[in-house]
Amino acid sequence: MIHFENVGLRYGMGPEILRDLTFDIPRRSFQFLTGPSGAGKSTLLRLLFLSLQPTRGLIRSFDREVSTIPRDELPMLRRRIGIVFQDFRLLDHLTTYENVALPLRVRGKEETSYRADVLELLKWVGLGERINVLPPVLSGGEKQRAAIARALIDRPELLLADEPTGNVDPPMARRLLSLFLELNRLGTAVVIATHDLSLMDQVEARRMILSQGRLDVYE
Amino acid sequence: MSEHAGHAAAGDGPANRPARRPEMRVRPTAPIVPTANVSGNALMLVIAIMAFLACLTFGAVSMVRATAASWQSQISREITIQIKPDDGLDMEQALKDARDIALAFSGTKDGTIVDRAATARLLEPWLGEGLDLDELPVPRLVIVTIDEQNPPDFAAMRNALSESIPEAILDDHRTWVDRLVAMAQTTALIGTGVLVLVFSAMVLTVIFATRGALSGNRHIIEVLHFVGAEAGFVASQFQKHFLKISLKGSFAGGLLAALFFLVAGFWQGRSIATPESDQATALFGTFSMGLAGYLGIVATMLVIALLTTLTARFTVMRTIYEIDLIRSDPSRTDQLPDP
Repeated sequence: MIHFENVGLRYGMGPEILRDLTFDIPRRSFQFLTGPSGAGKSTLLRLLFLSLQPTRGLIRSFDREVSTIPRDELPMLRRRIGIVFQDFRLLDHLTTYENVALPLRVRGKEETSYRADVLELLKWVGLGERINVLPPVLSGGEKQRAAIARALIDRPELLLADEPTGNVDPPMARRLLSLFLELNRLGTAVVIATHDLSLMDQVEARRMILSQGRLDVYE
Repeated sequence: MSEHAGHAAAGDGPANRPARRPEMRVRPTAPIVPTANVSGNALMLVIAIMAFLACLTFGAVSMVRATAASWQSQISREITIQIKPDDGLDMEQALKDARDIALAFSGTKDGTIVDRAATARLLEPWLGEGLDLDELPVPRLVIVTIDEQNPPDFAAMRNALSESIPEAILDDHRTWVDRLVAMAQTTALIGTGVLVLVFSAMVLTVIFATRGALSGNRHIIEVLHFVGAEAGFVASQFQKHFLKISLKGSFAGGLLAALFFLVAGFWQGRSIATPESDQATALFGTFSMGLAGYLGIVATMLVIALLTTLTARFTVMRTIYEIDLIRSDPSRTDQLPDP
């Protein structure tokens, strides 16, 4: 589904942050992306999300070479990818429900067609009682769950999550992990960037370890 | 859009049964762009003030232009024959002769001799009441109305008059007319210049204020972009929001300006022939703008609304373009979003 070949990236005239990355994200796969802080995990997620282009190398995303995709076709491609930002990026003037429904709203869907789905997902992530609450009132963990629900709501083909369990307690982390696994069983490829070893130990999954700009993949 | 999920079911069971918790209701969907925030209100105020100033300038300039045009036409509609008293001159006869000579020319419409009483009234401010004209060598006047479209031959008239009445002087107000025309044109030109300046200031202020109000919403543009919204969709959300703001602001400003002219016109109408009103009329003309003036105010309002909407659209498109520029050029880390 996603293919990287000799991808390298540097910011400005600085050193290469990512070097010679060659790997695949197969369809329906589940993997953890880990490595020390500053190893380039966030940058790699950004490359996967098509919000950066590599300085060198080739990236194929959904069978298209990324460097040849025109700007106005990017939103259509991004709709196939769900992303959970580390800082959540919820809109403070919209309720939890409205934030989670946002991806469907921007696709032009009628509210009546998705309301039940959104409410069900919110219950699933433990926010069933918080649907009318604005993000500034939510706790860190609640914001994180809302951000995850927003990424999942349109059943993306690829889910990218940056430290999705960083702000929740272990039981909730397990619950979220099972949510990702459930989603994966339904056909979504999942990439979870995390430092959390205990989380990774719970699942037999592929591990992609970034270190000093290089990537090692352990199947 | 504002349908609710489920129905509240609390309180419908007997008191001894545990009360069922009400189903959560979803509030009516809020607009993607927040309706009211400080920068939005400030923008509305700026637009209202600029609309008011622009409409006021527009009205004032059209008034000054009308006044300048009327000076010109009123003066050139009349010529004056002045006859100086002289020994042995029968003044009354000379006045009649002068009028007849003038009226003999084609292009003249009417001739009026300023009689003794009127002449005394003319001189009253300088010489006081009870003036006996016979005691003073006061020149007398004949006012001749002319056809502006087809004016008489002033040189020929001047010759004919000086031949039969040497004491007569024809004043066709040419010097005055020329000066007034020059002054009127200058005034109109200055007015147009002021109008251009105020409109330019309005355009720039509206553009910068809109961009300022939008800069606080960059995170919304980013989030929408990242959840897969197309640029056109994002732009249309902001356009709608800013169109509302600018219509409210410019309507308030335009309405105030129109009211100002209405009230000023009403005051002038009520206080006609008082020194204050006469002064204002002499300086500014009459405070009536006519249909064209009010249409101008409406046009100004529409221009402002269009300008704000377009600025919002371009700014949003540009922001999205900048976000995508980071994509194609990783060295642009200045506004890099943290994933």
